[in-house]
Amino acid sequence: MSDLMKVSSNPHIRAKDTTAKIMLTVVIALLPATFFGIYNFGVRAALIIAISIATTVLTEYLFEKICKKKVTIGDFSAVVTGLLLALNLPVSVPWWIPVVGGVFAILVVKMLFGGLGQNFMNPALAGRCFLLISFTSIMTNFECDAYTGATPLASLKAGLGVNVMDMVIGRTAGTIGETSMIAIVIGACILILAGVIDLKVPGSYIVSFLIFVAVFASLTGRTVNGPYLSAQLAGGGLMLGAFFMATDYVTRPVTKKGQYVYGIFLGFLTAIFRIFGASAEGVSYAIIIGNLLVPLIEKYTMPRAFGRGGERS
Amino acid sequence: MSENKNASNGAGERLINGIIKENPTFVLTLGMCPTLAVTTSAMNGLGMGLTTMVVLALSNMIISALRNIIPDKVRIPAFIVIIASFVTVMQLLLQGFLPDLYDSLGIYIPLIVVNCIILGRAEAYASKNPVIPSLFDGIGMGLGFSLALTCIGAVREILGAGEIFGFHIMPDSYVPFSIFVMAPGAFFVLAVLTAIQNKVKINGEKKGRDMSKIQSGCGQDCLNCDTAGGCDHKFYDASAQKSKKEGEDR
Repeated sequence: MSDLMKVSSNPHIRAKDTTAKIMLTVVIALLPATFFGIYNFGVRAALIIAISIATTVLTEYLFEKICKKKVTIGDFSAVVTGLLLALNLPVSVPWWIPVVGGVFAILVVKMLFGGLGQNFMNPALAGRCFLLISFTSIMTNFECDAYTGATPLASLKAGLGVNVMDMVIGRTAGTIGETSMIAIVIGACILILAGVIDLKVPGSYIVSFLIFVAVFASLTGRTVNGPYLSAQLAGGGLMLGAFFMATDYVTRPVTKKGQYVYGIFLGFLTAIFRIFGASAEGVSYAIIIGNLLVPLIEKYTMPRAFGRGGERS
Repeated sequence: MSENKNASNGAGERLINGIIKENPTFVLTLGMCPTLAVTTSAMNGLGMGLTTMVVLALSNMIISALRNIIPDKVRIPAFIVIIASFVTVMQLLLQGFLPDLYDSLGIYIPLIVVNCIILGRAEAYASKNPVIPSLFDGIGMGLGFSLALTCIGAVREILGAGEIFGFHIMPDSYVPFSIFVMAPGAFFVLAVLTAIQNKVKINGEKKGRDMSKIQSGCGQDCLNCDTAGGCDHKFYDASAQKSKKEGEDR
């Protein structure tokens, strides 16, 4: 798109927000979860994160150099993608997993569709799902030096008891960045206070998820009580997904009503995947399916222009 | 026949047209269902391609031979009957002599009947051209289809299983991307190969080679042509005008 598309004359409102500033805020908000992941899983986690970020930034840079386009790595969006991708990987993955995932996320999902703002799916999540389908056993191996058991959600699905307190703090098996609910909520508060996101999508997502999961779980004959619901809430990638990935500006609806519809739909899908699905987790698939429906949601929730009352034209 | 003075009806020209210029998969994007569904390995792709080629060449030939006998109004059912007969013959032959391939292609063999490449060539070429060019058109299109399916199958097999034609070629440390032998992989590979094919075509045009799709002399698409006079492709003209007139009558 042309950089000259700037309308002037009247004193229009000018915001100081730039893409780079927003993306940098997201990176800062992800730092608590990142540091907790490194503390929880060891230095290897830091290595995976570094490889992932280096891959995404380098891929974007090389693609734009080779195609003789404007280099856009300065807007930090590739850093966010790389960081989110790494936070969605188990710590035990070999070094080439973040490389493959990062190249797929940036090259196929983002750049081939026209770069930032044109991607129809969250690149980090698409990269994760690509890896999950391709290398299922590597991507679901959560055993590492610190933890040898199953993830809390898998235990929960198997009907075993889980320690909710550990899950809230984050001392459990899982991907690098998803385990600590506290660290993610601190990051989410930073984003909300900085005005980068609001609660429409994450709020409707989490509330509808709790309602649907309670309904579906009781349908399958489980006893639904406080500990069960809090374990569902704190376990897996729900918090990370709701605050950092479902809220991605590019792949969520722009309309206000649409954002509620989108959040409720994500909650519904996630609950279905977790209760009736073969695997214990379903946040990533729910969000990328939601991403695909965004144009449809926007079409039906577009606010009517003033003066065009009565029948829809 | 007036078509014969046109170089595009030569045997070699028909072959090159089918394999490169009008490649059914990468240029015309016809027959996508078998393209995406059976190309999980190079062998499956080649088997599907060659089976289709035999049906295509023989049905093109017969349809061309009967083109002046078949009444225009019932031509589609007549073509389908001819195609279905050859598909049944091929299906029984495969079942008898290549049972492994028969099992792995499964339902996609009988579905060749409704493959739009075959009906497309019958309608667009064989029903308007003499027997020998039609035969070579079928062989060329079939070879182009086989080549495309084998390429897609080979890429998917190498990436998704580390093998090609069943031989293990990747180092042992290679972990196969199993997504490539599943449905999403078919779309990725088809898209990338089509992009490469387009790139080659654009480069060829830049160097001044004639890469235009329809080789009918004037460079126009005959089916949608509205120049009534001045064109000596009588068959195309006659049928185009006839179908146009029918459309107006309705």
